[in-house]
Amino acid sequence: MQTVAEPLTTTGALREFLHALPGVDEVGATARAAALSTRSIKNEAKAWAIDLAIRMVDLTTLEGMDTPAKVRAMCAKALRPDPTDPTVPSVAAVCVYGDMAAIARASVGSALHVAAVATAFPSGRASQEVKLHDVRDAVAAGADEIDMVIDRGAFLAGNYGLVNEQIVGVKAACGTAHLKVILETGELRTLDNVRRASWLAMMAGADFIKTSTGKVPVAATPPVTIVMLQAVRDYYALTGTRIGVKPAGGIRTSKDAIKYLVLIKETAGEAWLTPDLFRFGASTLLNDLLLQRQRMATGHYSGPDYVTID
Amino acid sequence: MTFEYAPALESRAIVSIAPSYGLFINGEFVDPTSGKMFKTINPATEEVLAEISEANQSDVNAAVNSARRAYDRIWSVMSGRDRAKYLFRIARLLQERAREFAVLETLDNGKPIRESRDIDVPLAAAHFFYYAGWADKLEYAGLGPNPAPLGVAGQIIPWNFPLLMLAWKLAPALACGNTVVLKPAETTSLTALLFAEICQQADLPPGVVNILTGAGDTGRRIVEHDGINKIAFTGSTEVGKSIQRALAGTNKKLTLELGGKAANIIFDDAPIDQAVEGIVDGIFFNQGHVCCAGSRLLLQESIAEETIEALKLRLQTLRLGDPLDKNTDIGAINSREQLDKIEELIKAGDAEGAERWTAPCELPKQGWWCAPTIFTNVTQAHRIAREEIFGPVLSVLTFRTPDEAVEKANNTPFGLSAGIWSEKGSRILWMANQLRAGVIWANTFNRFDPTSPFGGYKESGFGREGGIQGLSAYLQSANEGDDQARGTS
Repeated sequence: MQTVAEPLTTTGALREFLHALPGVDEVGATARAAALSTRSIKNEAKAWAIDLAIRMVDLTTLEGMDTPAKVRAMCAKALRPDPTDPTVPSVAAVCVYGDMAAIARASVGSALHVAAVATAFPSGRASQEVKLHDVRDAVAAGADEIDMVIDRGAFLAGNYGLVNEQIVGVKAACGTAHLKVILETGELRTLDNVRRASWLAMMAGADFIKTSTGKVPVAATPPVTIVMLQAVRDYYALTGTRIGVKPAGGIRTSKDAIKYLVLIKETAGEAWLTPDLFRFGASTLLNDLLLQRQRMATGHYSGPDYVTID
Repeated sequence: MTFEYAPALESRAIVSIAPSYGLFINGEFVDPTSGKMFKTINPATEEVLAEISEANQSDVNAAVNSARRAYDRIWSVMSGRDRAKYLFRIARLLQERAREFAVLETLDNGKPIRESRDIDVPLAAAHFFYYAGWADKLEYAGLGPNPAPLGVAGQIIPWNFPLLMLAWKLAPALACGNTVVLKPAETTSLTALLFAEICQQADLPPGVVNILTGAGDTGRRIVEHDGINKIAFTGSTEVGKSIQRALAGTNKKLTLELGGKAANIIFDDAPIDQAVEGIVDGIFFNQGHVCCAGSRLLLQESIAEETIEALKLRLQTLRLGDPLDKNTDIGAINSREQLDKIEELIKAGDAEGAERWTAPCELPKQGWWCAPTIFTNVTQAHRIAREEIFGPVLSVLTFRTPDEAVEKANNTPFGLSAGIWSEKGSRILWMANQLRAGVIWANTFNRFDPTSPFGGYKESGFGREGGIQGLSAYLQSANEGDDQARGTS
């Protein structure tokens, strides 16, 4: 592993560093993800995993049709996911567009984190000035977590210096708010790119690296998440700082969520099994976790009418 | 709190194991004429699973005669298309009863259910499907217009992949029109005996497949029997040599698949995370009971330290324990005898000055177990770098240049397999041409497929199993005399 000796800010220096990272063999990474997906998680291990997964959810609504009422309803669900069972923990955060951050904050108070997507989400196609304004707006409205998108065009063109500069700028605009950097791995396509973008984001100041916006066809996948977990593991070995990971989009079932927890345990390690270092970006996942939790408690399956749709 | 996986046991209720088993001769189970029985044991618990018959000379005679009759009257004169129907039927039955075979294999052998379920049994079925497809196309195998079968094949298989090795041997032999007398290893007879039931279920004509259980003595009697036209053996180099001596001067054909001491070579431009997985797949798959195991790790010096650190970290996540637990990665060592051999070589590694590291895992009190072990600072002269350990023990050596990697990799009496890890395609191709090994994997290890030939160089044996090449082990081409191999009928 290389050392991060001097600040890597220019495109040339960044290219030298990122292109010297070990390559990722797609076939091997996919095979590893498939092998780990055969882990069989039962009984008390499953109950424990479901509660942890609930505590890791960033309950999300990112639609053009979002209204204050919709956001308030989702916040109520985030605070108390199952109104019939007070032992169900709250989720980690709610995740909304910037203009809904104030409403979300007013709804959850200080009980939950409020994450706002910013920087011309989801495409990131705006000037840096507009992006920074977007971030400051959300922070001022009460967001304490900012989910930014990287400029995939600049990354794919090899303009690493520009991507770095944008992340550094956003990080500064965040102030004390946590920064999640969305790589949009479905557009980066190769796992080599995922590894490079992960390192670029971590070195530029990301607190979390996140897979996807949920707005392109390919969202979080187990092989992509493995590569990101390897990146945060290696970054920790190098710097002593633990960066979080957030797969988002496409994780809909408890079974999927538990598979991700297995990936964490057997790739980055147990230290990442906390909402401080791992989140699920999801909207429908929570209800399946609740249904499975009810099944574990009562021994039988209920149906979708026994969990709330907010 | 930590994420502890709760036990996830595969149920053994699906298999019913009889208290004792006869020999499978002429389509029926018969008692051994000797009346002698031996026990087969679950290596994970030392529980006796069943009593197995020991075949003596008259049993071998009966089996060979039955195979000869079936060969002359039915199997060699049947059309390839009809033989294929039986093989496809066997393949489908293996799939239908896959769970049963997987559980039984795990009980008798000690391998994790994850491997028997996901690898051994599906691959065994795949071999029958693949060679079933060849049965009516033998004239296109490149061996002339009318390639003829050899006659009665004696097949002796090892204990590390009992059902899979049975499939590797039986499927091509039957597809080509031969009949078979097969002997499974004495510690792992049960899946072969369950396979005999499949033969009955598939209405395979009696005598086409005969299964004789027993130890080395039974094997020797098969090898030396005059009615046998071909011997196929997979096992130790020592026994392979004695078989070849025994067959010298006879008409019997021979293929041998013997030991190995494969080099798994990691270059500094390799995808390191996947290479670490490949090292694990290479040497800790099936407790290292794999003839083509990547037991010698050759690391380029510039990445040696970080790769060993990453490997140690990875080995701490390996789960050793009850083979029936679906989350178990490392099962039991197949026999006390094998464990003794492994431990003796580990002691030799210590004594010769290599540095040992053992993965931290608790070994169950009952049964035979060996924790994953790595030796660093190993030199070419050490016994652990030269002898096949056949256990979860990895010897790590280093190299500086590609030339040195080739020299070290080839500096062994064996030549079964090798692995190359590099992101540079030209280097992979160059290396593959230099390495004297029958199977070479690039950026992967221990992958098997029925369409791909498998076999060795040097003391790893000769002949190929799998693929179109695997057919020539059971056919004679047009220019060989018809009477030469079929003599005794």
